[in-house]
Amino acid sequence: MATLPLLKISSLRAGIDDNSILKGIDLEIRPGEIHAIMGRNGSGKTTTANVIMGHPDFEVEDGEVLLEGKSLLELEAWERARQGVFLSFQYPQSVPGLQVGNFLRKSVSSIRGEDEAKGAGFRDSLKQAMESLDIPRSFLSRYVNDGFSGGEKKRFEILQLMLLKPKLAVLDETDSGLDIDGIRTVAEGVNAAIRGTNSGALIITHYSRILEHVMPDKIHVLMDGKIVASGGPELATKLEEHGYEWLKED
Amino acid sequence: MGDNLEAREAVGDYKAGWHDPENSTIRFDFGLSEEVVREISNLKSEPSWMTEMRVKAFNHFIERPMPKWGNTHLLEEIDFDKICYYLRSSESTERDWEDVPDDIRNTFERLGIPEAEQKWLSGVTAQYESEAVYHSIREDLEEQGVIFLDMDSGLRDFPEIVKKWFCSVVPLTDNKFAALNTAVWSGGSFIYVPKGVHVEMPVQAYFRINAKNMGQFERTLIIADEGSSIHYVEGCTAPSYSTDSLHSAVVELVALPGSHIRYSTIQNWSSNVYNLVTKRGIAHENAKIEWVDGNIGSKLTMKYPAVILKGEGSHAEVISVAYSGDGQHQDAGAKIHHLASNTTSKILSKSISKSGGRGSYRGMVTVSPKADNCKLNVVCDALILDEDSRSDTYPTMEVSNPTARCEHEASVSKVSDDQLFYLMSRGHSEEESLAMIVNGFFEPFTRELPMEYAVELNQLMALEMEGSIG
Repeated sequence: MATLPLLKISSLRAGIDDNSILKGIDLEIRPGEIHAIMGRNGSGKTTTANVIMGHPDFEVEDGEVLLEGKSLLELEAWERARQGVFLSFQYPQSVPGLQVGNFLRKSVSSIRGEDEAKGAGFRDSLKQAMESLDIPRSFLSRYVNDGFSGGEKKRFEILQLMLLKPKLAVLDETDSGLDIDGIRTVAEGVNAAIRGTNSGALIITHYSRILEHVMPDKIHVLMDGKIVASGGPELATKLEEHGYEWLKED
Repeated sequence: MGDNLEAREAVGDYKAGWHDPENSTIRFDFGLSEEVVREISNLKSEPSWMTEMRVKAFNHFIERPMPKWGNTHLLEEIDFDKICYYLRSSESTERDWEDVPDDIRNTFERLGIPEAEQKWLSGVTAQYESEAVYHSIREDLEEQGVIFLDMDSGLRDFPEIVKKWFCSVVPLTDNKFAALNTAVWSGGSFIYVPKGVHVEMPVQAYFRINAKNMGQFERTLIIADEGSSIHYVEGCTAPSYSTDSLHSAVVELVALPGSHIRYSTIQNWSSNVYNLVTKRGIAHENAKIEWVDGNIGSKLTMKYPAVILKGEGSHAEVISVAYSGDGQHQDAGAKIHHLASNTTSKILSKSISKSGGRGSYRGMVTVSPKADNCKLNVVCDALILDEDSRSDTYPTMEVSNPTARCEHEASVSKVSDDQLFYLMSRGHSEEESLAMIVNGFFEPFTRELPMEYAVELNQLMALEMEGSIG
């Protein structure tokens, strides 16, 4: 039997407040693959991410989203997280008073089970992940995203990705606001979490720079709620050189 | 007990809402009169000065009108004729839990008091209705001269100290409810810490109301002599009834030069209890008074822990949280009076309202003309969890000295869908996510509590968030 796709999105239509944003999306990611979605502001990139994760403000009008063959659409966001969906937020929310260390342990416990959040095993993997992302230990006693710089927020998202070990990681503009070193660190984190595993990732981005470090298997171009082109890494280069206009004329 | 239907309907998830059968040895009829006041005093064989003070306070209580501020509607609903002003359930105050009547001991065991006592407290007093039923202090502290007694024993054994300080911080004419307390007080704690003695582990008082329509009027007096320190912790709960009870305490703190008193409260009365309390301390030179005040329960709380900074270089802190749920109004805050130079104060107030609850911050800070170089800092934050709930802030600052440095910040926030979604995307249910936000909001308060209390408070708040998502 052929393996099931990790993520299968078919004819997905969705919107917010009676505004249709996604107008029929089809996408399939197989285990071990990293895909990228590129597109301009307002093309529906963040909506795609929010709908996959299950943001309650977005309404799915039609279509299906399957994780390993099982529909996600009826599940709440936290249930999807426990099924193995992860979203790295474009604008991570701050929670004053909630300590990073506590939050990480609670999240690992919720998603991967209590045993994974205890003892030396957890401490070691936490230490290792923090070192690889150049995050100092003092970070653990700070409050979640409270007073974080743009770069710290993004690194914290990737730290969570590395510890939560999702089946599917959706990264919404994780590269925006980062300098070149930051992009490289984040990309290395994504590679470490996904490459050589059965997990997959969907990287949503404006720019091709992060893709030079992650080397996605496939790139999709989103325009006005539809995927208008799909291809290999060469598509990113073309977009970088010619912008999006040439696609519009098709 | 625990499966009492009335109780469950009244409170949902309130965990301390059970009640014991009432086995009173003395129970006064409902209602208040001079005879009742004299009878309480007589029963306790008090010195005549105390009896006269009670009667004077009673007369003031009768004459004094109800406050015209706060929740006047709920205040007017109090029926002083339908309250029992004195109820004794145990013949004496025991030093061994084994000697406490079974029902009462079981109740305190369910509340975790004997266990906490063994683990991390220097002393415990447990009050049930009008009287302390259990009392103990670690021997080494007793040897160092620390006095920790219930107030009645304090008056009996140390009448001179009590006479000197009783009503010296909160005069009997201070307000209507302070007058009521002074008239009918019973129980509470009396503490004296000798010069230079540091009581390392906290002492705790626990107040339990069991009977219906009960009035509990404990009176606490803490005197920290020069250079000493003490941390006093109090907790309280009551059964849930459909009729109201009244808790009206007076707490007086005297911090002599260079001493440090920290007074922590977790108030978790059931939502049929009126909690109208006067708490005030006087800080002498270089002394420090801290009120750490958590209000989670009750129907209406009106409480504004106060510090009078009388001595130069003294310091006051009032850190408080208030949670107002369905049918609750927490009208809480702080009062600080800078009477001397180089005094500093800090007020941090955090309030959460939910399911139609109402939280009010009411604060007053004054700096007298003669007090130079004072520093004061007031921060009040409110978090509103839904559209039905309400939060108000009534801050007052009267600064009559130009050298004072004043800082005031206030914020009102709501839990946003995006914040919840972020936490939910990390595998936490909506209720868990809300509890994380709420506990985070309270964190500046909980980190000031002994760890055991912080854990308990977080659990209480998680419980309050259950079933709150529509």
